[in-house]
Amino acid sequence: MIDAHRKAFIEEATELLAQLEVSLLELENNPKDSEVIAKVFRSLHTIKGSSGMFGYDDIAMFTHDIENVYDHVRNGEINITKELIDLTLAAGDQISFMLVKSEDASQLDDNLTKEILTSFRNIIADYNSRNNKTNEIKTAKPAGHSFAASKPVKTFLIYFQPFQDIFLSGTNPVNLIKELKDLGDSIILADFNSIESLDIINPEDCGVSWEIILKTNKGIDAIKDVFIFIEDQCVLKIAETDELKKLKDEKSFTDFKNLLFETSKIQKTSITELLEKYQHNETPAEIKINKKENPISKESPESNRESETASSIRVSSDKLDELVNLVGELVTVQARLSQIAAKTNDPTINLVSEEVERLTWSLRESALNTRMLPIGTTFSKFKRLVRDLSKELGKEVQIITEGAETELDKTIIEKLNDPLVHIIRNCVDHGIESPQIREKAGKSKTGTVKLSASQSGGNVLVEISDDGAGMNKDVIKAKAVKMGLINEKDELSDSQIYALVFSSGFSTAAQVTNVSGRGVGMDVVKRAIESLRGVIEVKSSQTTGTTITLKLPLTLAIIDGLLVRIDDDNFVLPLSTIEECIELNKKEITNSHEMNVINVRGKIIPYINLRERFGITAKRPDIQQIVVADIKGNKTGFVVDQVLGQHQTVLKSLGHFYKDVKGISGATIMGDGTIALILDINDITSNEEIHERNMLEQLSIK
Amino acid sequence: MSKKIMTVDDSASVRQMVAFTLREAGYDVVEACDGKDALSKLNNVELNLILTDLNMPVMDGIELIKNVRKDNKNKFVPIIMLTTESQSEKKMEGKTAGATGWIVKPFVPEQLLNVVKKVIG
Repeated sequence: MIDAHRKAFIEEATELLAQLEVSLLELENNPKDSEVIAKVFRSLHTIKGSSGMFGYDDIAMFTHDIENVYDHVRNGEINITKELIDLTLAAGDQISFMLVKSEDASQLDDNLTKEILTSFRNIIADYNSRNNKTNEIKTAKPAGHSFAASKPVKTFLIYFQPFQDIFLSGTNPVNLIKELKDLGDSIILADFNSIESLDIINPEDCGVSWEIILKTNKGIDAIKDVFIFIEDQCVLKIAETDELKKLKDEKSFTDFKNLLFETSKIQKTSITELLEKYQHNETPAEIKINKKENPISKESPESNRESETASSIRVSSDKLDELVNLVGELVTVQARLSQIAAKTNDPTINLVSEEVERLTWSLRESALNTRMLPIGTTFSKFKRLVRDLSKELGKEVQIITEGAETELDKTIIEKLNDPLVHIIRNCVDHGIESPQIREKAGKSKTGTVKLSASQSGGNVLVEISDDGAGMNKDVIKAKAVKMGLINEKDELSDSQIYALVFSSGFSTAAQVTNVSGRGVGMDVVKRAIESLRGVIEVKSSQTTGTTITLKLPLTLAIIDGLLVRIDDDNFVLPLSTIEECIELNKKEITNSHEMNVINVRGKIIPYINLRERFGITAKRPDIQQIVVADIKGNKTGFVVDQVLGQHQTVLKSLGHFYKDVKGISGATIMGDGTIALILDINDITSNEEIHERNMLEQLSIK
Repeated sequence: MSKKIMTVDDSASVRQMVAFTLREAGYDVVEACDGKDALSKLNNVELNLILTDLNMPVMDGIELIKNVRKDNKNKFVPIIMLTTESQSEKKMEGKTAGATGWIVKPFVPEQLLNVVKKVIG
């Protein structure tokens, strides 16, 4: 169980560190922003507080000194400098290192820890010497158990009178008396004399005082500890003597009493009576205190696990996947129900079916929502990346983010991280020029990388743009020709030229830096985006810079598809790329000399016969359908027997044996239990591309 | 009926640990992530104790204590501050606002239970 707590702590601390980083970078721009300073302080404070509780004493110690510095910053006594931010960023990195490495402390770079700590302590020392203060640096020490050493048995006479308004601090004096009683043998007397008469009594005031004779070996400090929370909200007097028996004698009793309070109301008779009893039984006696409060039940509270739900809970993403999966299947079944209901024409069934439809849709929306995270969580990481990179490369680059609140599926956000790192590295390294060159070109010295996200329909557009030098089309073309990717004579559109940079091994960087230029990257980026069913697009101009747009689906679990039929088999094509559906009759096939192209409004579009592609031998219908899709800017048709309509599907993977089957990305289960294969049209076209191109060439010769 | 305790902390891990410790000891636990959240949940439950962090976003612990003491229903509920500020000023500020006691972080479960027991018996 403790491990689970630790895990939660590590997760939380990691989030806090990310938050700290964001705030620090914000602070770099607005060093005076007190709200941000408060955020930094709070992050540090929470990290320190909780790390100590989960056994990360090293982190608690480490963070303590940093927090100290920011306490002064918060009070306006120390100013934020670039050095301080650098130092704190380094400290943040060190803390996250400590989090991971604390299992194996030997691997931790203690010297770095010490170095950072010394720097922070120096800042404080500096401040103190400037202000002539002798504040010692407080070190956080984990609280240990303090076992009271056994002390000689002594008898104490205690007078305790809480202030009238004691209840307003939530204190129940009776609990304190009970605690006192637990310290040893005691005689307790309650005095109700200051309670007002019934007609003027204020029930919210406390009118009771107590006198206690206590025999204990715990010492006077233990008694004071009982009243520690209310030491300034009560009258407390403690006197001590060595011998309880002495109190029996009238004089010593009075002396003892007077030590305390001349007006003490303890009567000799009552006390001796008690003492007798006490000595007989060797057990403490107690005068019953008639209290206004309800008697406190002695029974220990039963174990009751029911509790209010917290405002947020952590759920493993597997569970959410399962939920989304089930909801997806429900969507399919519901579609089937609607279909049946529509056929029956029975108003009662129709009513139910419509209600189910409505509920299923809201359920689907909220199920998908549970997996959604704002993309800003990744954006914030890039601020640090750009900052570090520009420093390394001697450039001045600022990063602007927009639409950080745009929500995307968690899996997509996670998988988007690496591609974005590559792209942003490229922007800073290749795109943005050095300050000198920028000045010559009449641009501001500081380059800008803009990262924005927005939702458009069922997709999220992530745009990464820089105001740098842009891409040189001629250089790209020359390089591509050299690599044998294209022929020198090829006429390529701008977008086709820019698309070349995504080819494997492609780099136009004259010099390989450790940032970019190795040519591994952009092709990996493209593949990563495509594996997310996304599309990547480049626009560039040598005056305004480069813009890379990623079009991503909101979620991976459910896709909007077009359900089609070939013979008896159902297939699903992803709807996002589909542009139109047209008829293909025998005459048109003859017109194009069976060359698998069709003239659509004057434009020739090649098509792929899925029937042939999947080896379906049944007889073709007279009129077939072509589904026209836009693949990387090229229109391609897919011939099917019949288009059944739009269909929402839950993507199921095909399992190990079929994972390498070309042209199929998965399968889905239909409402009636049959299976439809989901086509990977990118894959199908890339296989057929060369083939198709040859076809077109032949056609133009004819 | 077991006693009900509310733990207010912006750190989910601390909240979780406090809640776990208290539940193990047989208390009922209500969780809240800041002062405002705590106040809104206060209306629906009968509490025996509130454990609150001081430094929190939205509404801090001191503000929460002030608000609870203003409220008629929970005016007398004991409130313990969980604080890393060992400085007396923060403690005093809390006491003036009406806190019952405090516990200094970091603490071990036993220490927490001792203080809880001290305050609500």
